[in-house]
Amino acid sequence: MTHSTGSVSACLPIHSDLDLVRARQQVRQMTAQLGFGLVEQTKLVTAASELARNALVHGGGGQMECTEVTGGGVRGLRLVFSDRGPGIADLDLALSDGYTSGEGLGMGLGGARRLVHEFRVDSRRGEGTTVTVTSWAAAPPRPREGR
Amino acid sequence: MSGAPTSPYEGHVPVLRLGGVLLVTLQGDLYDSAAEQLRQDIGRTVSDSAVGGVVIDLSGVEIVDSFMGRVLSDVAAMTRLLAAQTVVCGMRPAVAITLVELGLTLPGLRTALNAEEAMNLLGATVSALPRRGRREST
Repeated sequence: MTHSTGSVSACLPIHSDLDLVRARQQVRQMTAQLGFGLVEQTKLVTAASELARNALVHGGGGQMECTEVTGGGVRGLRLVFSDRGPGIADLDLALSDGYTSGEGLGMGLGGARRLVHEFRVDSRRGEGTTVTVTSWAAAPPRPREGR
Repeated sequence: MSGAPTSPYEGHVPVLRLGGVLLVTLQGDLYDSAAEQLRQDIGRTVSDSAVGGVVIDLSGVEIVDSFMGRVLSDVAAMTRLLAAQTVVCGMRPAVAITLVELGLTLPGLRTALNAEEAMNLLGATVSALPRRGRREST
């Protein structure tokens, strides 16, 4: 898909549970400004909370970059979560519901994928994990990603 | 309601005792540590006093993620072991939609539309129990 990508509007550190609150508030504010409906706002904020917590708990901290994007005349928000943690050993397993390596319900990664329109994980053992998600203010029915 | 200001909670969540029921009103965006603290506070209060029910009002909460979902479901399980019932009420529709898509339907959780209905729900249950508290006059 061809999207025009704006410059990074915000880059927030994720090193404490206070940062998780800040990340949620940043995403809430930006989705509201971009004209997301209440349900889509709530979904993206929740996905951001899951992914930011993953970066904090499993990646030992990281950052969240927020970028406004435009595609087909529709505005969206792209979030990039990156950490320099141990990486994800088995991505398919990590994406499956109920799998957890820490405390939580094991819904973080797989659940977050269902809450956004586009989802991508890049993870290298020993180097870290980057998760990129994008949601659009008005989206057509989407095909399910993955298998 | 959706325009309610979001103020993060750093310290304690107020836990109010009304007769035999504990009313916990969550507002804004909760820190993880505050949610953990809340779990302990509820456990202590339920075991220390003759509380037969816990009502957790989520009407002021804009998002519930899997961490918060786990806290809610843990509180429900914990209070059940302490001979009390937990009812979660006031969840916003957008939060409910998101939780289902996230895969968290929290089947063990009893729910009510608002705090009043939650109190009624517990009132019925609580009065059937010998541990009645001081709700005689209501």
